Amino acid sequence: MALITGKKCGDEEMGPLGLETEVAEARTTFDSGKTKGFEWRKSQLQALLRLLQEKEEDMLKVLKEDLGKHRVEAYRDEVGALTKSVDNALLNLKKWMAPEKVSLPLVAVPTVAEIVPEPLGVVLVISSWNFPIGLSLEPMIGAIAAGNAAVLKPSELAPATSEFLAAEVPKYLDCEAIKVIQGGPQVAEQLLDLKWDKIFFTGSAQVGRIVMTAAAKHLTPVTLELGGKCPAIFDSLKSSRDQRMAVGRVAGAKWGSCLGQACIGIDYLLVTDEYAPTLIELLKGVIKEFFSNSEHLARIVNKHHFQRLCNLLQDESVAASVVHGGSVNAEELFIEPTILLNPPLDKEIMTEEIFGPLLPIITLKKIEDSIEFLRARPKPLVIYAFTHDEKFKQRIVDDTSSGCVMFNDTLIQYLCDTIPFGGVGQSGFGQYHGKFSFDNFSNRKPVGRRNFLIEFSFRYPPWNEKKLQLLRHIYRFDYIGFVLCFLGLKR
Amino acid sequence: MEGKTSNEVFNREKAEATVKELRQSFRAGKTKTYEWRAAQLEGIARLIKEKESEITQALRSDLAKPEMESYLHEISLAKSACLFALKNLKKWMKPEKVPAAITTFPSSAQIVSEPLGVVLVISAWNYPFLLSIDPVIGAIVAGNAVVLKPSEIAPATSELFAKILPEYVDSSCIKVVEGGVPETTALLEQKWDKIFYTGNGKVGRIVMAAAAKNLTPVSLELGGKSPVLVDSDVNLKVAVKRIAVGKWGCNNGQACIAPDYIITTKSFAPQLVEALKVTLERFYGKNPLESADLSRIVNLNHFKHLTDMLDEENVSDKIVCGGQTDEKQLKIAPTLLLDVPHDSLIMKNEIFGPLLPIVTVDKLEDSFEIINSMSKPLAAYVFTKNKKLEQEFLSNVSAGGILVNDVALHLANLYLPFGGVGESGIGAYHGKFSFDAFSHKKAVLSRGFAGEAGARYPPYTPEKQWILKGLINGSIVALFLALFKRF
Repeated sequence: MALITGKKCGDEEMGPLGLETEVAEARTTFDSGKTKGFEWRKSQLQALLRLLQEKEEDMLKVLKEDLGKHRVEAYRDEVGALTKSVDNALLNLKKWMAPEKVSLPLVAVPTVAEIVPEPLGVVLVISSWNFPIGLSLEPMIGAIAAGNAAVLKPSELAPATSEFLAAEVPKYLDCEAIKVIQGGPQVAEQLLDLKWDKIFFTGSAQVGRIVMTAAAKHLTPVTLELGGKCPAIFDSLKSSRDQRMAVGRVAGAKWGSCLGQACIGIDYLLVTDEYAPTLIELLKGVIKEFFSNSEHLARIVNKHHFQRLCNLLQDESVAASVVHGGSVNAEELFIEPTILLNPPLDKEIMTEEIFGPLLPIITLKKIEDSIEFLRARPKPLVIYAFTHDEKFKQRIVDDTSSGCVMFNDTLIQYLCDTIPFGGVGQSGFGQYHGKFSFDNFSNRKPVGRRNFLIEFSFRYPPWNEKKLQLLRHIYRFDYIGFVLCFLGLKR
Repeated sequence: MEGKTSNEVFNREKAEATVKELRQSFRAGKTKTYEWRAAQLEGIARLIKEKESEITQALRSDLAKPEMESYLHEISLAKSACLFALKNLKKWMKPEKVPAAITTFPSSAQIVSEPLGVVLVISAWNYPFLLSIDPVIGAIVAGNAVVLKPSEIAPATSELFAKILPEYVDSSCIKVVEGGVPETTALLEQKWDKIFYTGNGKVGRIVMAAAAKNLTPVSLELGGKSPVLVDSDVNLKVAVKRIAVGKWGCNNGQACIAPDYIITTKSFAPQLVEALKVTLERFYGKNPLESADLSRIVNLNHFKHLTDMLDEENVSDKIVCGGQTDEKQLKIAPTLLLDVPHDSLIMKNEIFGPLLPIVTVDKLEDSFEIINSMSKPLAAYVFTKNKKLEQEFLSNVSAGGILVNDVALHLANLYLPFGGVGESGIGAYHGKFSFDAFSHKKAVLSRGFAGEAGARYPPYTPEKQWILKGLINGSIVALFLALFKRF
């Protein structure tokens, strides 16, 4: 997914000089120490909360405009989730900021030590188009809580949201420290040329490489929240109630969240040959129940992605595997929930992240084969599995690798502040949410303190055997040996 | 056993084959078990014990490192890292249960540490034993397969690793590749699950750019100019001894956390210089070039880097102690300089040697501007009894680590993360931080089908929105309604 400009952000694209001036101001503001204090951070988070509350209608509106999201979906996935995160940050800010006391070995006595979190400085957040408010502000919460100045570049592919953020964020937040800079690939390139203390990127692997390469020039640490093909393993569940519920959760994750354009959405299903027909029927039923009215579904973000998805279905063998749906509406940029049964594994629909409402179902002889299937493929952001088999669950955790593993449900790991959210391998590195966001944007600085009272002469040259012996005892925590040696009573 | 022999060059094909073999070993699950990791650590502990004299000899050959320093700074630290890891391995490997949120009720959550896979450790020349084995210990304890590329600038130690490591550890999963730029380049072209590099910023950039091609996370342990702020209210005798042993007692200043320069007041500087002179003579005698307690400069290249700094105009006349050099022996005496120009080479670049410039200011508060005009160092030190100054130092100076009233000690504490910030690096290690540096923290969330929030699904209604709002914000009432309301 290249940085292709869809609808333009009007003439708001800042010339290079304007951009650099903005960033320089953020730097000056950080250097002044303004963003470091508890009061400032608290005030910014509170302002963010007010923004979420007062501008909720506007937010739901721009999300509808950019992505056709129903207001309830938009609230559930973006506005509401952010509210929860800001509340959580406000509640815990003091605790997160507090130094952490650390114990020390006797050799270093008398020393006390602690780990003091400090802000990194001026950070750059580059956001994505599919959850354009959520993926912009969620990292910003971490950056602010950790005491940084921050520049946000929202995705130009969600232009109404980008405009909204550029207009409203400066009204609520401290615009000398928090900046929103709009624009496309050129603006991103200019920003990436500058020196940052951290870059937080959400998007595709291809652009992730560009970001990290640019960051390398300045030794800037990065977090890359990428994607991948997130599978859902569907084991046989005994009760029909559980099955129905599970299928509902699958449908919600595939189509109910940005029409499948989500990094943690389900990309494809793995199920046994035996169970596949039942599953397909259940899915069809749920699709009818939830999504009969397409008003309750989002839209494909732009023509480029719409075409990309249509192209996935062009191949004869892929088209032949469609068992439900498949109709498209170019004007509306809508593709209906579509199910495919065993499209060939070497076609693009099974080699690239789909990021759309097409759901391949891959069947296996037995469900345990799913583990080998996954091990042969790049590590995704999340592996979903619907099963009651505890042994199987353990095998999935032990023998596969992914950012996260979620059993018997979908998507809600995004809302849980106590677990880290991030990828591994091709799905990225670095984590956030909750305290992980705070840590992501902090330097955890160890501080040790000594006094002058006790001094060990054997630390210093000129060296001799006795000093060496004393140190051997100390390093083995052999205090008796140390004392004897010190008093000259032991060799 | 990989190695560079006279008729064998480690090129791209060999690098590919090495990584392939390690991937197979890793996929087979060899490195994941507690038993395997413990066995490797025990092997390394045995290596350190049995080969102590060979290691000391190699360090003497590479750096003329005094035996005490070899013991203090390399062997004993490697040993404690190994033993600490063995002691805590089981605990670290256990999944961490965490509370789940009300929003996801009912659910259980844990964080599972898993190895990243096949990792590359590139080591440095100044503590060639420790800086190789310490990250390798971290890689092993986290369950990875690992390639170690020791520094070619410390050839005796590099050769020792290539020879003896395979005797003590599982060489189907842990390999040593010797070599310089071509071999390192061949290795960097491969796809790794993590790269851990210790060295300088210039090569650090090359490593990170190479890693970017494969989206490989990196840890970069780099350097910087570690400042020492000295207040006049301190116990001068003790302070000066600590500064001296931290500077010249650490590989003759060739250490990433050695004091690089001192800042003190104009009025206090003369006393400080005198005290340093006295201590230097006590430690190293009247002819420091002949002292067996000082490491030599590692090679001619680095020697010239240091003499260039000394010979610069307006710098050479600021020497107040030392300055003697012996190119044949690659020795430079502990040297103090007073008030060199701010734009001189010695103040612009990391010194990494036995030269110690002393910068004077009118009042100590003026020092923060000087310190912050340079890039963030790996360590920063302040000697003072004044709590206010200490606090100001802590708030105003950003560094990898800060030590008050002593130097370098924090690196020995396995409970403190050791790593840089900004130009001094990315990531941290030591103790559990090593385990974490080479692990992926996988979130595992588990739910059942007991409670179902019909409000989650379309068709959406205002009532559903109301319930979702409450649920997301942790409201018990909303939770109740969400669980029991039928749509």
